[in-house]
Amino acid sequence: MAASAAQVQARVDLTEARIAALSAPSGEAGWAVEARREATARLRAAGLPTRRDEYWKYTDPATLTQAEATRASLFEASGEVPLYSGIDRLKIVFVDGVFDAAQSDDLTGEGLEVDRLSEALKKDIHWARDLYGVLETRGQDPVLRPLAALNTAFATDGVVIRATGKVSKPVSFVYLHQDESSDAILHHLVRVEPGAEVTVLENGPAAARFNKCMEIDVADGGAFHHVRAQGRDHERRAVTHMFARVGEGATYKSFSLTANGVLTRNEHVIEIAGDDAVAHVAGAAMGDGASGAFHHDDTVFITHDAQRCESRQVFKKVLRNGAEGVFQGKILVKPGAQKTDGYQISQALLLDEDSSFQAKPELEIYADDVQCSHGSTTGALDETALYYLRSRGVPRAEATDLLVLAFLAEAIEEIEDERLRGDIHTRLEQWLERRRQA
Amino acid sequence: MTALDTEIREGVERETVEAVKALGGKYKYGWHSDIEMDFAPKGVNEDIVRLISEKNGEPEWMTDWRLQAFKRWKQMDEPDWAMVNYPPIDYQDQYYYAKPKSMREKPKSLDEVDPELLRTYEKLGIPLKEQMILAGVEAGEEGGTEPRRVAVDAVFDSVSVGTTFQAELEKAGVIFCSMSEAIQKHPDLVKKYLGSVVPITDNFFATLNSAVFSDGSFVYVPPGVRCPMELSTYFRINAENTGQFERTLIIADKGSYVSYLEGCTAPQRDTHQLHAAVVELIVLEDAEIKYSTVQNWYPGDENGKGGIYNFVTKRADCRGDRSKVMWTQVETGSAITWKYPSCILRGDDSQGEFYSIAIANNAQQADTGTKMIHLGKRTKSRIVSKGISAGRAQNTYRGLVSMHPKAKDSRNYTQCDSLLIGDKCGAHTVPYIEVKNNSSRVEHEATTSKVDDDQLFYCRSRGMDEEEAVALVVNGFCREVLQALPMEFAMEAQQLVAISLEGSVG
Repeated sequence: MAASAAQVQARVDLTEARIAALSAPSGEAGWAVEARREATARLRAAGLPTRRDEYWKYTDPATLTQAEATRASLFEASGEVPLYSGIDRLKIVFVDGVFDAAQSDDLTGEGLEVDRLSEALKKDIHWARDLYGVLETRGQDPVLRPLAALNTAFATDGVVIRATGKVSKPVSFVYLHQDESSDAILHHLVRVEPGAEVTVLENGPAAARFNKCMEIDVADGGAFHHVRAQGRDHERRAVTHMFARVGEGATYKSFSLTANGVLTRNEHVIEIAGDDAVAHVAGAAMGDGASGAFHHDDTVFITHDAQRCESRQVFKKVLRNGAEGVFQGKILVKPGAQKTDGYQISQALLLDEDSSFQAKPELEIYADDVQCSHGSTTGALDETALYYLRSRGVPRAEATDLLVLAFLAEAIEEIEDERLRGDIHTRLEQWLERRRQA
Repeated sequence: MTALDTEIREGVERETVEAVKALGGKYKYGWHSDIEMDFAPKGVNEDIVRLISEKNGEPEWMTDWRLQAFKRWKQMDEPDWAMVNYPPIDYQDQYYYAKPKSMREKPKSLDEVDPELLRTYEKLGIPLKEQMILAGVEAGEEGGTEPRRVAVDAVFDSVSVGTTFQAELEKAGVIFCSMSEAIQKHPDLVKKYLGSVVPITDNFFATLNSAVFSDGSFVYVPPGVRCPMELSTYFRINAENTGQFERTLIIADKGSYVSYLEGCTAPQRDTHQLHAAVVELIVLEDAEIKYSTVQNWYPGDENGKGGIYNFVTKRADCRGDRSKVMWTQVETGSAITWKYPSCILRGDDSQGEFYSIAIANNAQQADTGTKMIHLGKRTKSRIVSKGISAGRAQNTYRGLVSMHPKAKDSRNYTQCDSLLIGDKCGAHTVPYIEVKNNSSRVEHEATTSKVDDDQLFYCRSRGMDEEEAVALVVNGFCREVLQALPMEFAMEAQQLVAISLEGSVG
């Protein structure tokens, strides 16, 4: 249905108001200025999203697109050991979206080149030139992602990482939230050279409103692992984009854990470009609407454009007290992408009457020799299982948590690294226990 | 089916082979009859709407209803969200009304119907004459000794040319007649129910239909009556450049049951023809409607030249508690199919089922599926969709399962499987799942794969040629849906499956 003139104008106004609230960075190299200019043009051409857009049918982007961020109070997780603290890692800290050198480690590592984005964009010659905004642009077709274009145009900080060999320890982004009305736009680049391997960790709420974009280019035979825990600040809002290109025989694996947050929209746009490549995306979300609201949206678009590739999407959500879960997943198999193996599962456990789950698991297939499947289920906790546990003397609340953990485990299993997997699992256990005792 | 011409193999019944052979190589219903027609002038405007209404001898309220729809239609945009591509349709370059001249004076009985018309239906295998039906198809082996009888309403281009078995149905209290007749004879029923499931504001094609529909079938089954025979409508587009817009309204009153079959064909023409039908089903307490369709409109030639644009709105409203609807469709024809038979499960414990086979070969495009809207408590729905793509065709399943907060303890199971034959076609799945309460369970599964090489190899090692083997495998793939069809429809559908895929292998 064509939009009315008033609707078209409203979108222009919305977009211009947002742009007006942002300032263009200065002192950047010519190519960076050009990349920013093109991104702004993309943003203006598309206009910021509204609920009327098909791609935002289940998630209202209003608070993500309005000119100013809505205030979000800080969350005190007293006595909680920060995630990944037992793991040797290269720590890079951002406070409300600003790089904090004092809290961060030196930006060096074996098999690794790290730069601040702002530095990279100032240099006339830098590898970042071939990546900044490039995968984001490719990801605009066939579905427009204006919030990502906005990110490329106005990102204020971020890090560019180039893995040249097997990176010995994970690069860990820690996002601290200290200002109740912070509005952060971060853009990271990751380039994995042929045969190289890197793990990127992320955790923390980052800001009251967080718009993050990561462009990842995994060259032939390379491997990229990503484990993320999105902060538990109840009132935070986030929209994140992961744009990846996966080369021949390369691996891309990403896992996200989300507990709380008023609004989270995580998008993955993955292009499998080389033969025999693998892309896995997984997510576990645990939402409680009692602490305000909880709306969690996983939007995944995987394009198979090569032969004998495998993709997996595993998304699990546990929702209570009016929490809302959304899954929009798509597998696109292009002509000639024979022997594709595509799998997708999205499941929601609704713990009470008020919670809801909406899913749109799509397949679009133009090659015949493929195996693609998707499944989606929604329902309540299995009363029989609960009854069994209770008959063994486990109290109801504990039994519920046990079943919740078991339900989420399938997604957590997708994390390849044992220590990280254990860390995430333990964390989830602790959260459930704290909740039970509260 | 080249092999059929040569020899008949062991294990394959001669009869089956001959039946398939008889169904012929290419599109079997591609001929057209030379029948003198009355056309309304090309294009659509208020005068045309009035003219159609006048030709049907409609009362003023009906004319106003149409005009209201037309007014609305002029403000609407053609939907573009479906995965189908076609050049823009010039809605002013179509005839909206075509009527065989011999029908100018409505014949009082079938004996007065133009023999050329009857020959057309005879050629299509539609036994319009009651005697022919009496000689009709035997029921299945265990299905009792009574021959199965089917009452037929035949629609030729814009008008219904005859409805059989009316007298016998009347005895049971069942009203089965053309829509135009119903408007005149049963205005209260029509007024009460027409547009109550698919309102005139519903969507572009349905609204156009509301304005210009020329005829269609009307069924009313009174409380507690089990319709003594299957009812059927046969649609035939004959005239060139003519859109067919029929309207079907079926009301199953409390505790009644009716099974309704619908078949369609059209002649082979170079130009595309528009078909925009609306079907409304109203199911009251404890009633059940089974609605089966074998859609075999002309699909166009190998290069996508010609063929029917099939833009259909079908919806059932399960108003009463414990009411039940079953949609079964075999979609093999049409250049473009845009069709989503839906169920509104309003009554508590109501049930909706949707079984579909959609085959797209050559340049065909199909975007079809269903909507199950659960509003009542303990409502159940089941969706089984089998999509088969071959040649350069695109086949999309698009569906919605919605569980409203009040639809406690409801249940949905969805299975959509796609089969690809050849590497130039596409198979797509676009399901929407919306669950707003936790006591309901929703399960959705979808798979896409190609015809299994092992199965093909097995069949071929038993002496079948590749096309036969593919047809067999595909029929197996569709089994669950074929089983949901009434017996003789299932037979026809099975043959259609084989024919539709002809030339898709190798």
